Amino acid sequence: MKLYEYLGKKLFYRYDIPVPRGKLVESAGEAAEAAAEFGEVVIKSQVLSGKRGKSGGIAFAATPAEAKDEAEKILKMRLNDVTVDKILVEEKLNIEQELYLAITVDPAARCPLVLASLDGGMDVEEVAEERMIKWPVDTSIGLQNYMIREICRLMGVGGNLQKEFLKFLPKLYKMFRELDAELAEINPLALTPEGLVAADAKVTIDDDALYRHPQLPRVTEKTALELKAEELDLAYVELGGDIAVMANGAGITMATLDMVQHYGGSPANFLDFGGGADIERTAQALELLLGTNPRVLMINIFGGITRCDVVAEAFVKTRESKGIDLPVAFRMVGTNETEGRAILEKAGIQAFSSMDDAVRHAVELSRA
Amino acid sequence: MSIYIDQSTRVIVQGITGKQGSFHTGQMLAYGTNIVGGISPGKGGQSVEGIPVYDTVFAAVEEQKPDASILFIPAPFVRDAAYEALEAGLKILVLIPEHIPLHDAMDIMAYAKQKEAVIVGPNTFGLVSSGKSKIGIMPNRYFIPGPVGIVSRSGTLCYEIVGQLTEHNIGTTSVVGLGGDRIVGMHFIDVLEQFEADQETKAIILVGEIGGSAEEEAAAYISSSMKKPVIAYLAGKSAPPGKRMGHAGAIIERGRGTFESKVKALSAAGVRVAELPTEVPGLLKNIL
Repeated sequence: MKLYEYLGKKLFYRYDIPVPRGKLVESAGEAAEAAAEFGEVVIKSQVLSGKRGKSGGIAFAATPAEAKDEAEKILKMRLNDVTVDKILVEEKLNIEQELYLAITVDPAARCPLVLASLDGGMDVEEVAEERMIKWPVDTSIGLQNYMIREICRLMGVGGNLQKEFLKFLPKLYKMFRELDAELAEINPLALTPEGLVAADAKVTIDDDALYRHPQLPRVTEKTALELKAEELDLAYVELGGDIAVMANGAGITMATLDMVQHYGGSPANFLDFGGGADIERTAQALELLLGTNPRVLMINIFGGITRCDVVAEAFVKTRESKGIDLPVAFRMVGTNETEGRAILEKAGIQAFSSMDDAVRHAVELSRA
Repeated sequence: MSIYIDQSTRVIVQGITGKQGSFHTGQMLAYGTNIVGGISPGKGGQSVEGIPVYDTVFAAVEEQKPDASILFIPAPFVRDAAYEALEAGLKILVLIPEHIPLHDAMDIMAYAKQKEAVIVGPNTFGLVSSGKSKIGIMPNRYFIPGPVGIVSRSGTLCYEIVGQLTEHNIGTTSVVGLGGDRIVGMHFIDVLEQFEADQETKAIILVGEIGGSAEEEAAAYISSSMKKPVIAYLAGKSAPPGKRMGHAGAIIERGRGTFESKVKALSAAGVRVAELPTEVPGLLKNIL
């Protein structure tokens, strides 16, 4: 779960990590009031997508009147297809240097990874590899001061700035671990006369650990259908094409989409309805597929724990009860295949046994 | 030969009295797995499929001297159960569940490293040494003995490929599911090393997907240290960036983990990358 900047900063504040004074507002008038309180300000659109600055989603204002103008402009914007409805008005920091600091998860080392660079304020992808210091943290000992001193040495940082890092980084690590974060990124991390201040906040919390953080707000970027899928505990992603795809297992679902594209078709979605689905769950998955008004249904079942007869029965029943008359390409092999085929044949559907044939058929149907 | 496990491997099932645990205990026994005990706190003294149930892993260790454990435990409780098995001295843990918190997975891996244990998963179908033993949930009938080693990040896609091999009468030595999560106990390299050393394995199939850099790391290892032929199939060519494609680990983030980067790395290492899963048996026949 990605958090808006203002929410990330609230968490920073709770962990005693310095952040600029600021106010979340929803109108230009309120922005002007905030500017009257803070003096020179930064006006920042609160959207989840990156590259806000480049798209004009961040502005500076020296007076309340300017703040009002800038806020009005930003509140009319659409950034990456999302309307801006909240802006963060913050005091403008007196920045001596812009740094980069993040903690993320390193799948290769299987542990948290500290990323630090003196090249802050730009796209992290643009920072030269040797200028980005990476330090994996063994969770059995946690983040230790010697690690921070070494990270500083590798960055070429000493003296007071090293002292600042020794104060700053342990708080960020503590938050990262306690809140089950996947990412806690600060870009830029501002060096001011008062010390290090988090000028931005990009915090992502592990969805699988949200159950132990009831106090955290819930933020979603999902579409209505994706939310519905989440409720049903189905893995679903909307893709925009016209062939609705349903398969059992993430890998085989991806492979089915790739094959649809390979043969010139366009998948409407990713839908993995998992292993061992019963009739009700299969029916729910089918109903979800219809939500994007596809032209063709493509169902790919490799029955292991999933039983072919169950899927076939659910399909036939749902088709009748919902009055679905979409053409369907059905591939079915594995557990209880014979029974499943019999059910489909009764309903006038010939199931394929090869994935290749089924996908080609689906693509042909989508062109008909 | 086979890798990691064979018919002598003594296996316990943590969570044996649950729906999944009891069903798959039956399936594993049918395949020939040497299951010596099950764990279910509060249910010690019962039996499931004729297998004695113990309250704790330590109790099972006292009586049965197991080598490996498979966990059918709800995600929030996996860390505790895995720690228990590791402290009790088990050397192979198969973590079936999905949705284990990321930080729990990191903690488990750190402790496993101290204990020098192998973790398969989480979010895996497990591993099988064909015709000998399976510790996992894969459908029994496709896993017949033969000369091919398979290592995969995904389950059903792996079954699909194994199923096609079976149709062509090609069997497998061992098949290992790494797991679909971001933090998993083993990477391709760990398993490739084993296959390279295993005399019966003549060729290897690597089933990968978008996200992370395990395929790129595997490519580097293959080009520097492997003599046996490797064929790969990768899923997720059509996946948009920033979207999790079912598996927690299957996501292109900040331009990393792309399909193109993986294909490029593997091809450069001399790996034949199949365009479609259906091409795998053909490529394999050319080699064997």
